Amino acid sequence: MTLQEGLAVSEAVTARKPASRRGARLGFGNWLLPLYAIISFVFLLIPIAYTFAFSFNDSVKSNIVWRGFTFDKWLNVCDQIDVCVAFGNSLIIGISATIVATILGTMIAIALVRYRFPFRSGISLLLFLPMATPEVVLGAGLAAEFLGAGVQKGLGTIIIAHIMFCVSFVVVTVKARVSTLDPALEEAGRDLYGSPNQVFWRITFPLLLPGIIAAALLSFALSFDDFIITNFNAGTTNTFPKYIYISAARGIPAEANVIASAVFLLAIILVLISQISSAMKRKRLAAAGG
Amino acid sequence: MAFSAFATGTAKEQAPRRKSKIALLLLLPGILYLMLFFLVPLVSLVITSFQQPVPYGDIGEFQNAFKWENYVDVVNTYGEHIFRSFAYAILATIFALLFSYPLAYFIGVKARRWPLLQNLMLVLVIAPFFISFLLRTLAWKAILSDESFVVTGLKALSLMAPDAHFTGTPAAVIFGLTYNFIPFMTLPLYSTLERLDTRLLEAGSDLYAKPAMTFFKVTVPLSMSGIVSGVLLTFIPAAGDYINASRDFLGGTGTQMIGNVIESNFLVTLNYPAAAALSIILMAVILVMVTVYVKRSGTEDLL
Repeated sequence: MTLQEGLAVSEAVTARKPASRRGARLGFGNWLLPLYAIISFVFLLIPIAYTFAFSFNDSVKSNIVWRGFTFDKWLNVCDQIDVCVAFGNSLIIGISATIVATILGTMIAIALVRYRFPFRSGISLLLFLPMATPEVVLGAGLAAEFLGAGVQKGLGTIIIAHIMFCVSFVVVTVKARVSTLDPALEEAGRDLYGSPNQVFWRITFPLLLPGIIAAALLSFALSFDDFIITNFNAGTTNTFPKYIYISAARGIPAEANVIASAVFLLAIILVLISQISSAMKRKRLAAAGG
Repeated sequence: MAFSAFATGTAKEQAPRRKSKIALLLLLPGILYLMLFFLVPLVSLVITSFQQPVPYGDIGEFQNAFKWENYVDVVNTYGEHIFRSFAYAILATIFALLFSYPLAYFIGVKARRWPLLQNLMLVLVIAPFFISFLLRTLAWKAILSDESFVVTGLKALSLMAPDAHFTGTPAAVIFGLTYNFIPFMTLPLYSTLERLDTRLLEAGSDLYAKPAMTFFKVTVPLSMSGIVSGVLLTFIPAAGDYINASRDFLGGTGTQMIGNVIESNFLVTLNYPAAAALSIILMAVILVMVTVYVKRSGTEDLL
């Protein structure tokens, strides 16, 4: 469990207007809270800075002592072939799990908001429980099932496990989007003699797309960083987090820091672009409205 | 948030239509999937937890039985680990709440005038999520190791005993749990504080309440749903975590949590019934604690 509601929240943030834009005048000194916030952010970012810095370390085997600056590890990541294989596996797992979980979750989200059906609360509970269950229990349970059924653990079992824990998060994220949808738009489509198929693909789906994309990104992030559930269902297959866990005892090569830092930079850039573009959109809308 | 998202019958519910055939088609694949790979595994955990070894069988060979003594055995053997898990998780949750509340208050209330700044600060809060969970824990291990300048510095200033360690101690594990789950606490707190009506705080001061009194009588009760969500989102994963407590990460020999024991029984010693019984106990205790907590804090509608 990682990125979790991060994206869902920032999605919600951009969608909702708060009660009042006016900050509170009450409370602590005017400088105390900002200072605290700055210190907090520094604290939160320390391990990231460390990981990033040590991706440039000219280390030989283990990457604990600083031995000088080099771009070498960034340029030759795949010299440590195990890291690259594990990273590749994580990408395959992440992409496959994301595609399936996003489709299954989106269908459920649409059904939950739009249709009436029996056992509604039971289904809600079934969707909620995987998020409230500790990962060790999810992992051990699935592994017990595979053991009982005599299934060989590997890439396939990891993907099955990841789809399972991603579906609920997709449902939460997409459901929020479906509820903001104006049913009148679809009615208009039907009034204009659009077939149900046309109405869905020309109207509903494009309107849901931002929510679906957010859900897919969340799924991918959850899958990519998952270790606990993966560890129970991986067999001998390595993923990026599992590789780090196994090599933790003898030292992580700097190449692992390179991959983690690259993924971090990519994710941060994506988030910043989406934040800034939605801020600009808000401004344009405000300008058009006023 | 995650919890309220599933609350049935919310105001936003759009007049549901009656075509239950389409609903069935939409629901069926996903629900079947969750039944097959979430519910059935839970059932097979329960079955496994009662299994007994095959007579004269190999290690890891078990047959179905009703050996309820497995539960007694694991509680006797691992009672300490079970207790430790919940103690660490509770402490980490409290520290995360104390750390996050002022931060969430600043982002959600004080920074309201600058929406872009608000969003950028939220990105900083979730930034740790973008780097591998295991790597950031290992980074702390290196930063706080005996040879690091933090620890040598503290020792030079006599703030730490010369022969003391930080990594490998319970304090280090609780520190790691707190750090790793802070965003789970800060985000739900932020999302309720962001909607806090600040006029109510002004009303408090108009009625001659001291700032502290306004805070505890107005702000805290109004942000209760965020506190409950944050506590659950932090406590549940923290109680089952076994990375921070692992010996190769921030833990030591005396810090093993229930997750470590489940892992080693399942994957190393192949004692599946013990691992299954421990998992069931972990889940049962969490469900009881969560239910009691949610009932007591008066936010039942969250679930």
